[in-house]
Amino acid sequence: MDTEGRPAGRGYAAGARAGLPFAVATAVLGVSFGVLARQLGWGVVAPIVCSAVVLSGSAQFAVASILGAGGGVGAATLAAVFVNARFLPMGLAVAPSLAGGRLRRAAEGQLVVDASWALANRGDGGFERALLLGATVPQFGAWIAGTAVGAVAGGFLGDPEALGLDVVFPAFFLVLLAEELKDRRSLAVAVLAGLVALGLVPFAPPGVPVVAACGAALLGLWNRS
Amino acid sequence: MTAVWLTIALVAAASATLKAAGPLLLGDRELGPRATAVIASLAPALLTALVLVDTITAGRRLVVDARLAGVAAAGVALLLRAPVLVVLAVAVATTALLRLLAG
Repeated sequence: MDTEGRPAGRGYAAGARAGLPFAVATAVLGVSFGVLARQLGWGVVAPIVCSAVVLSGSAQFAVASILGAGGGVGAATLAAVFVNARFLPMGLAVAPSLAGGRLRRAAEGQLVVDASWALANRGDGGFERALLLGATVPQFGAWIAGTAVGAVAGGFLGDPEALGLDVVFPAFFLVLLAEELKDRRSLAVAVLAGLVALGLVPFAPPGVPVVAACGAALLGLWNRS
Repeated sequence: MTAVWLTIALVAAASATLKAAGPLLLGDRELGPRATAVIASLAPALLTALVLVDTITAGRRLVVDARLAGVAAAGVALLLRAPVLVVLAVAVATTALLRLLAG
């Protein structure tokens, strides 16, 4: 990455390098997920398997907190679907930039995570495919390894929230957002998205405000010459 | 424990389906200029919502706590052109310090 935070290159290796800072943050989050799941009685194996097959911090924290609060399988699954519903518009956005037939593209689409998606976003509607796939690799490894450390060490690490680790996610999204605020249109989109998201929080299930805020992207149609 | 494993399987299947849907639907078709314009504006919308929801909400409530101070400090570090890891460290340290002081 250069000083502006933009990846210096477009290939798999450049993607992996660009993904490294996010992999560090992801490892930290993985530890806190492992600790939380262990405290909730998931044992050691289930949290690690969960991180390997779900690969989504926000959905996994939602699931753990709902099951932990006595919620059922249906409620936990539904919450994860809402939280991850943003991958529907994100998948539509990257689809034309992936390679191969539908199945190959659907498989490559599994490697879409927030940071990689934003890093690979060229800002003109296209995405750097190799950069996106490369950026996910270190994050995926860090997520599983972090979860394993948290699940094994469990309570010995103390309360992750007291350590302030829960702000890694929003701070990390703020870094990515700063890259996107290039002109008046992107600022207008951000302000509208923020108003929609916060306005819906008291009324909609978690995850839905974020998906609804994606509608602010329709401002992209406005005044485009 | 059965509930945990069942939930993991269902959530994994649902996430994979959500991520596969776009590529399965579109295949190798190119999008028109209008769709491309909307996609180009998707990132600022999505990231703004993620930042705000993770910073000042808890469940269905708007909450101002140590997280906001941490993310604000990260914003200052970003304006000072600090590297990504420093920005994240500033956010974590600020939030942890405030929680420590609040006891």
